[in-house]
Amino acid sequence: MKIHEYQAKELLAQYKVPTPKGQVATTVGEAEKIASDLMCWPLVVKAQVHVGGRGKAGGVKVVKDMAALKGAAESILNLSIKGIKVRKVLIEPAVDIKQEIYLGLILDRSTQRPVIMACAEGGVEIEELAVTNPDAILKLPIPPTYGLRPHHVREVATFLRIPETAKKSFNAIMGGLVKAFYEKDCSLAEVNPLVITGLGDAIACDAKINFDDNALYKHPELESLRDTGEEEPLEVLASEKKLNYVKLEGKIGCIVNGAGLAMGTMDIVKHFGGEPANFLDIGGGAKAEQVADALKLITADPNVNTIFFNIFGGIVRCDLVAQGILQALDSMDKFPYPIVIRLSGTNEEIAKQILDENKGKVKSKGTEMTLMPTMAEGARKAVEISKSRAAA
Amino acid sequence: MAVLVDDNTRLLIQGITGREGQFHGGQMQAYGTNVVAGVTPGKGGTKTLENVPVFNTVREAVAATKCNATIIYVPAAFAADAALEAMEAGIKLVIIITEGVPTLEMMTVYHEARRSGVVVVGPNCPGVITPGKAKCGIMPGHIHKPGRVGLISRSGTLTYEIVWELTRAGIGQSTCIGIGGDPIVGTSHLDALKLFNDDPETDAVVMIGEIGGNAEEDAARWVKANMKKPVVGFIAGLTAPPGKRMGHAGAIISGGSGTGQEKIRVLNECGIKVGEIPDQIPALVKAQLK
Repeated sequence: MKIHEYQAKELLAQYKVPTPKGQVATTVGEAEKIASDLMCWPLVVKAQVHVGGRGKAGGVKVVKDMAALKGAAESILNLSIKGIKVRKVLIEPAVDIKQEIYLGLILDRSTQRPVIMACAEGGVEIEELAVTNPDAILKLPIPPTYGLRPHHVREVATFLRIPETAKKSFNAIMGGLVKAFYEKDCSLAEVNPLVITGLGDAIACDAKINFDDNALYKHPELESLRDTGEEEPLEVLASEKKLNYVKLEGKIGCIVNGAGLAMGTMDIVKHFGGEPANFLDIGGGAKAEQVADALKLITADPNVNTIFFNIFGGIVRCDLVAQGILQALDSMDKFPYPIVIRLSGTNEEIAKQILDENKGKVKSKGTEMTLMPTMAEGARKAVEISKSRAAA
Repeated sequence: MAVLVDDNTRLLIQGITGREGQFHGGQMQAYGTNVVAGVTPGKGGTKTLENVPVFNTVREAVAATKCNATIIYVPAAFAADAALEAMEAGIKLVIIITEGVPTLEMMTVYHEARRSGVVVVGPNCPGVITPGKAKCGIMPGHIHKPGRVGLISRSGTLTYEIVWELTRAGIGQSTCIGIGGDPIVGTSHLDALKLFNDDPETDAVVMIGEIGGNAEEDAARWVKANMKKPVVGFIAGLTAPPGKRMGHAGAIISGGSGTGQEKIRVLNECGIKVGEIPDQIPALVKAQLK
């Protein structure tokens, strides 16, 4: 789960990480109120969205007076960054920047441990730096048995050449970041930039935190930080229905049992010249209710013109899946989309028979079903139908 | 003897009285797997499935039945603890089927397993099957066929799809290892390749990967330097958008790394033939075995 910068800063502040004291506004009026309460200039106005690249998109502005603040808040609240509408801005005192540093913690898959990443050139995306100047990044794995120790903090501070005056506040940032990472089950926690101020202190000027979805059940207090307004509406709907769904841009709606096969299905649609409309894993069972939810979800996407079921019947029997599809259609008045079904594995013959016997019913719903024996033939057929519908 | 499981496997089921434990326990017994014990805290002293004794703790189960492998179906919040309990009781093969185990907890399990010489498979995996000998997992047994091709995969149904293609093409499998779809798994592609490389009953390996992380690339580089047997690959998720989790917790392209295109490039560079669609795998395997 992703959260906003201001939420990440509030969380880190609970762990004694020094941050600028700002507030969030959703309107220009609120922004003015916050500015007059803060009583200090210059201020910085920052778009709060779950995507990177805000600065380049004009989503961060430093302002010196109320007129400039109003203008900045208004223009940023009218922005869309990488397709996401800006609905909130963070207003906080601008920091006197002497040096910008990157400090982050990620869960490293290849070493199976959290790794501290540090770089004396902050303020840029670390992924870019890792490509352009990998030697400038320190990667320090945290030992799984005994965790963060004082010598780690010294090693990082030495690498970054943290000035003596900033040591105490730097230690607070690094200690708080690591503690928050473990206690809140983060998958990523970064301060970028960590700023050394003109007065010689260290302060966390921007922060980003992602939580491990598998561990969210342990932290009910984090639920309120979820901002579904930042997510694709159909994906929010899917997660309410407990379906694993990711929206794509194509026309062929894919319904698949299993995540790996669902990815494979998107790829094979593309392989045969089509464009998948989504990733959707309905799980191993493929019960009628799930199938119905899946069909409704997929057809809520106006781009979709064809449905492709790709079901491998292993433990789940194909005949039950076929019945599930028919029952799902029963629960709908009309379903004006052609359906290509590939069902193979256990009881595949019985499934075909069931679908054959119900051709009339299927037709009465305004749809047509084509049964194909393999994944490749199913995908090819779905692409062919989708293309002819797009041309019509 | 293929790898990991065979007819010497004496299997314990943790969470045997739960819905999944009951269903898949029955399926495993029907396949011929020697299920010798179950653990469900509070239900010790009873029997379930076909005459399987249930114990309160793994230690009791080991003492009474000499079980030498365990499969874990307990809910996500308790799965890591179940794995640690099994390791402490001396079990050397721990298969975690459960999906949704917190990553930091899995990290503890991973390092404890390495320290104590235990093989952990999973979590979030279909398990391990040596066709004709032992099925320790949730995969459909009947699609498999005994043979000499090893299979390694991060996913469930995609693996069944490819196994089914192989079986229909007359290519049997030595062992199929579902390593799991999470960011941290007990056995990596590389670990599994090493097992197959040393197995006299395996002639070739199919490695099925997907977007996220760089375990496939690490494995491919090892293959180039050390593998004595041919490897055929398949990578899922070429059309996946960056930053989105594709069902599996580990299937996410982050910061531009872990893309399918990059994985295929490295696999090809290391001499591994990669199928573009699953149907092509049997022919690629056959070509390698000639």
